Amino acid sequence: MVDQIDAIFQADDYGVHYPDSRGRFGPYGGKYVPETLIPALEELEDIHATAMQDEDFRTELNSLLETYVGRPTPLTYAKRLTEHFGGPEIYLKREDLAHTGAHKINNALGQALMVKRILGKNRVVAETGAGQHGVATATACALLDMECVVYMGSVDMARQAPNVFRMRLLGAEVREVSSGSQTLKDAISEAIRDWVTNVPDTHYLLGSALGPHPYPVMVRNLQSVIGREARRQMLAPSTGPGRLPDVVVACVGGGSNAIGMFYPFVMDPGVRLIGVEAGGSGIESQKHAARFADPKMGRLGVLHGTRSYVLQDEDGQIALTHSISAGLDYASVGPEHALLRDRERAEYFYCTDEQALAGFELLCRQEGIIPALESAHAVGWLPELMSDVSSDDVVLVSLSGRGDKDLDTVMAELSPGDRVQSKAQFT
Amino acid sequence: MNGNDPMTGVERIRSAIAKRQGDATAAFMPYFPSGFPSRSESVAMMRSMADAGADLFEIGFPFSDPLADGPTIQAATHRALLNGMTTRDCLDIARELREAGITQPFCAMSYYNPIFNYGTDRFVEDAAQAGFDGFIIPDLPPDEGEEMEEACREAGLALVYLLAPSSSRERIELVTSRSTGFVYLVSVLGTTGARASLPDYLTDLVAQVRAGTDTPVCVGFGVSNGVQAARVASIADGAIVGSALVKAADGPDGADAVKSLARELARGAHGH
Repeated sequence: MVDQIDAIFQADDYGVHYPDSRGRFGPYGGKYVPETLIPALEELEDIHATAMQDEDFRTELNSLLETYVGRPTPLTYAKRLTEHFGGPEIYLKREDLAHTGAHKINNALGQALMVKRILGKNRVVAETGAGQHGVATATACALLDMECVVYMGSVDMARQAPNVFRMRLLGAEVREVSSGSQTLKDAISEAIRDWVTNVPDTHYLLGSALGPHPYPVMVRNLQSVIGREARRQMLAPSTGPGRLPDVVVACVGGGSNAIGMFYPFVMDPGVRLIGVEAGGSGIESQKHAARFADPKMGRLGVLHGTRSYVLQDEDGQIALTHSISAGLDYASVGPEHALLRDRERAEYFYCTDEQALAGFELLCRQEGIIPALESAHAVGWLPELMSDVSSDDVVLVSLSGRGDKDLDTVMAELSPGDRVQSKAQFT
Repeated sequence: MNGNDPMTGVERIRSAIAKRQGDATAAFMPYFPSGFPSRSESVAMMRSMADAGADLFEIGFPFSDPLADGPTIQAATHRALLNGMTTRDCLDIARELREAGITQPFCAMSYYNPIFNYGTDRFVEDAAQAGFDGFIIPDLPPDEGEEMEEACREAGLALVYLLAPSSSRERIELVTSRSTGFVYLVSVLGTTGARASLPDYLTDLVAQVRAGTDTPVCVGFGVSNGVQAARVASIADGAIVGSALVKAADGPDGADAVKSLARELARGAHGH
């Protein structure tokens, strides 16, 4: 049975209530948007509140999550990975097995249903980086018979070509964004411009826990199904170790899989929450997307409607980021992560491209699971974690998506030809 | 900056707009990005627009992610960034214009992050020193504007908030009560950019905003020629023009084109 989303508001309080009525997570968050969009955001706040209390809506969403998305996603004990490290037991929350191959569908379907059922809007715009959110949105729109336009940077379109084709197959119009860095940040700007222009009949289906209020809280609530399921599965001896994990690890781009995973554990003080950012070519190289790890470029700022840590130059211009993973290649991070970090409730580290690729390979070989390059950052950080945990600890990793979309990128980086050949010699 | 001028920035803006107030007249308020097409040319173009009858300048500060701007201004401010324009350079441009004897009020038009990064208080202080009279920040609604308002109040500078066709009665009340200098009424849903015609609902929209306030109401987004400026003048207190001037500046005879378009817009706005 799918975890009911009723529980969403119950764990809503850690210390004080976040976000507050103005959409602030302490000093982070808010609504830094053109006035044109304020009415749409107010409307969204209303329907989000209404939807969460509306039994028919909840029943319909839960039923779709169960019968269409395939929830609950399994919790897998990673036996060979555990043996590989010879340390704590490692469990994987398998969002890669959700329909469309990543956690993004939880949010896309929730928002699309909300907007269709309660607002009656029939046109959706979305941004996408890796293409997973775009595919999830296109899927939700196909299912609910809505018009769908996805904005995607030209760089990302090139490196995630299979997902572009998938979106088009699903009936979405993919619009190429060739301004700025031609990646996620520019796709978000372009989606917002479309929304400003077409706001009466269009919903902006933002894919991560960022942007203006109420997006960070709405996306977190819709994604917290990940953590609620995982927590229950960990606690039940039939599906997990029969206890809470000591450490939870998730990759953080905008931070939606991480906040969805962390949130239900926030009130469990014994559970360490660890977010892994994209370290790209390393912090010194300035080619990365590690907002928390770079004290020079990563500073408090305002981007795309929210106040949070932002990679920027000395003059407040948004920095060009780099990550091998398109989904983590973004200059800012969801405001709730910034708060969790301030309160020392969650810790944030980073993984370089190289470490992520090592994690990618490791999971393929040890578990027979090809992870998304985003999720590979969480796996890639495990070697670092090992020095910091004891062997009777239990570690839970959020495997946010699968790696089919990344094969081209990985092929170019790993040149596995050598390996395949060398292995062939022994068979 | 007018060193001996006892007026505050808010008063200078109000007075410049009041000079053009009338049934068929309005202030002509050009927007121009500093550093476009080059630093020196942007100064020269603003000087020529001052001669052509501009009543107030909105001096654009470039930003890497201008989400309220259409393609024309996106491209222009991107070029300004490539030209190396910094926040400090934009402040210097105002200073240069003041030194050249330009007396019209200046509003700095910037997205919030560069201001926040500079330090809100310090930015307002330095902008006042450079000769600015107020600020227009498209991604800073009153909900998030307290800090900036406080700094502006202290310096006597205006913080202009915006309204849009989508604004509810509550938002109109909030914005008109908090906006200083004038209220910037965005004429259409969408981003900045020249448009073939102004929307039919504009007259009612302006009337609705004006009904509850003494603060002047100026209309921008999509105003691009003398006829449209005249139509705005017949209903509002100011006509704001950006993209059309930027487009004019971007040709081989940019300076001449800007000057002649500015004359046409001024004639339209000033009712002759």
